[in-house]
Amino acid sequence: MIRMMHALGASAVAVASFLGAQAPAEAKQLTLCWAAWDPANALVELGKDFTTKTGIEMKYEFVPWTSYADRFLNELNSKGKLCDLIIGDSQWIGGAAENGHYVKLNDFFKKEGITMDDFMPATVVGYSEWPKNTPNYWALPAMGDAIGWTYRKDWFARPEIQADFKKKYNHDLAPPQTWDQLKEIAEFFQGREIDGKKVYGAYIYTERGSEGITMGVTNALYDWGFQYDNPNKPYEMEGFVNSPEAVKALEFYKSLYKCCTAPGMSNAYMSEGLDAFKSGQVAMQMNFFAFFPGLYKDPNVGGDKIGFFVNPKEKYHYTQLGGQGISVVSYSPNRDDALAYIKWFAQPDIQKKWWALGGYSCHKAVLNDPGFAKSAPFAADFLKSMDIVKDFWAEPAYAELLLDMQKRVHDYVVADKGTAKEALDLLVKDWQKVFKEEGKI
Amino acid sequence: MSTLAERADARAPRRLAFRLSTMSDRAIAWLFITPSVLLLLAINIFPLLWTIQLSFTNYRANRPNAPLRYVGLDNYRDILSDPDVWHAMQATAHFVLWSIGLEMLIGFGLALLINRRFRAHSFWTTMILLPMMLSPAVVGNFWTFLLQPQIGLFNSVVAFFTGADPSSFQMIGDVALAPWAIVMVDVWMWTPYVMLICLAGLRSIPDYIYEAAEVDRASRWRQFWSITLPMVMPFLMLAILFRAIENFKMFDMVNLLTSGGPGSTTEVASITLKREAFEKWRTGYSSALAIILFVTVFGAANIYVRVLDRVKQR
Repeated sequence: MIRMMHALGASAVAVASFLGAQAPAEAKQLTLCWAAWDPANALVELGKDFTTKTGIEMKYEFVPWTSYADRFLNELNSKGKLCDLIIGDSQWIGGAAENGHYVKLNDFFKKEGITMDDFMPATVVGYSEWPKNTPNYWALPAMGDAIGWTYRKDWFARPEIQADFKKKYNHDLAPPQTWDQLKEIAEFFQGREIDGKKVYGAYIYTERGSEGITMGVTNALYDWGFQYDNPNKPYEMEGFVNSPEAVKALEFYKSLYKCCTAPGMSNAYMSEGLDAFKSGQVAMQMNFFAFFPGLYKDPNVGGDKIGFFVNPKEKYHYTQLGGQGISVVSYSPNRDDALAYIKWFAQPDIQKKWWALGGYSCHKAVLNDPGFAKSAPFAADFLKSMDIVKDFWAEPAYAELLLDMQKRVHDYVVADKGTAKEALDLLVKDWQKVFKEEGKI
Repeated sequence: MSTLAERADARAPRRLAFRLSTMSDRAIAWLFITPSVLLLLAINIFPLLWTIQLSFTNYRANRPNAPLRYVGLDNYRDILSDPDVWHAMQATAHFVLWSIGLEMLIGFGLALLINRRFRAHSFWTTMILLPMMLSPAVVGNFWTFLLQPQIGLFNSVVAFFTGADPSSFQMIGDVALAPWAIVMVDVWMWTPYVMLICLAGLRSIPDYIYEAAEVDRASRWRQFWSITLPMVMPFLMLAILFRAIENFKMFDMVNLLTSGGPGSTTEVASITLKREAFEKWRTGYSSALAIILFVTVFGAANIYVRVLDRVKQR
């Protein structure tokens, strides 16, 4: 009996120590929140290395782009503990910093020897700094991105199409350098029959619900000379947002939508663009560089059939910044482990692996590598684009500013409501109201 | 006649029975309804009072640490003088009036048909009821595909009958057609519900009334106007009430179908409210908007119920 009691006791100790050993292992887990898209899969692959090295399990919360902002801004605003790490959109940085959602990383960077000089300047300003252009860092640049274009290289190369184009426009068919050239090509392809199928000129963003049409139209607005405010007097928007150049750019975007997009593209964003291009429906597609590795691998339209080009220019040459930085959520109970992830992620070797897997590194060790431009067919265009990026407001009130722009632009471009001048005048009024409420004007 | 306490006494264990027997009927009644009242207070009344309080402030839920300022009636004044809000109310009115009108007409017509016995009667009844069994989110999603100009079934069917190019028109991307697209989808989904209510009304009319009318040589048309319609009217009005309240706050289906677009053509009041509350985070302002919408629905429903009572009394 006594022996049996000993045996039971020993078993109990063994079970307890096993459970005891299990407990801390279970606690070593981090949740990373991001959007559900191709680069997220690459990050999952990359994260296995972190788990191997630290023993910390990685859990992921990926949300589709259309509900990404809603979902995670709600999470941050309610001080939720779901995310230890978050790859938040560049425009969130102001609000997240001022409302205390993100951990300020300056001291951590200093302690760990991480310097922002190692990252591409545009990404540091865009993804990490608040206030902008001050050395206050709230994120590590994680995923460089910008708007670029893809085109059907195989269609452009066909002799009969080349000849037809030359006959009509008296010059060769080639990837466009300017917006006028882009429209000319789009008009040329619009309604044309290729391989027995009716195709369309261009795919551009028109989505109403989240940020789509703003992320599209700004690519034209910046190039014509639109500015968010007076460079010498912040928040003075009259004459800058609704300048004659901005009006022309908005009119141009609408004319492009009317003349050269496929029917039914009145509420279309990233995924609709990918579908349109992959199904062989359009000759050219506006989309974020993040999707280009996946498109290049596509068996139907990838490889030799796809080409890439930088956002066209007009009077100026800019493109809309995409991409995100990675931040530690201040409500996370696993702050030290989350910081350990940032430290691991900032290493040049990991950044190289990140690029190799399909993520867009912002680290100079990757981007300044002599072989980088030739490492992928879109790499050179990505580098050029990241030199000319411009971003939307990153103010704490960015969501209001964005929704106002979505409404005014969609009203004009898609719903034919009023003129471009009226739309931008109303936008100025909306934005003035927001900044007045914010106490900034 | 036994009291509540005596009835409880007969069933409850002795100690509990003793306690209950010492309580008055009123006290026992309170004891039973208190949990429900507390629950109601916690999840209905308290949030309502809190919303009313917030509607007089500049509160923003995404900035809990910002100083709270009472702004009096400013939020209400801003809302009532905002042309965008009035536009949303117009879009809502268009949606509610047309969808309900069509649902009543078609629903009542279907009920008249289904009320007759015919072969495969049960099968067709089930088929007609299918749309209302689906989730509005699912309906919104698959109708976006059905209405897609290039691959959608809807455009192909219209093209088949009219000879037009299927991609020559777009239901949800066109300012003139989009408001009708959401009406059409709602009618498709909720007409069966109206049909069910009307069917209940039709089945409640006793046969002897029609038999008496036959004896009096009343025509079918006369029977419809003098018997069927008046006797089904309370049911129809009930259906209008239910559908009007539902459609006034319709969000999911419209949001998935058009996101309020093109532009703000189909931005119904609930979409405006959601954008103000959970995208712009203007909690005070959106609380005021919610109160205005609540008062509108509550007031209209109250007037309507009184009219309904009068119709029933006739």
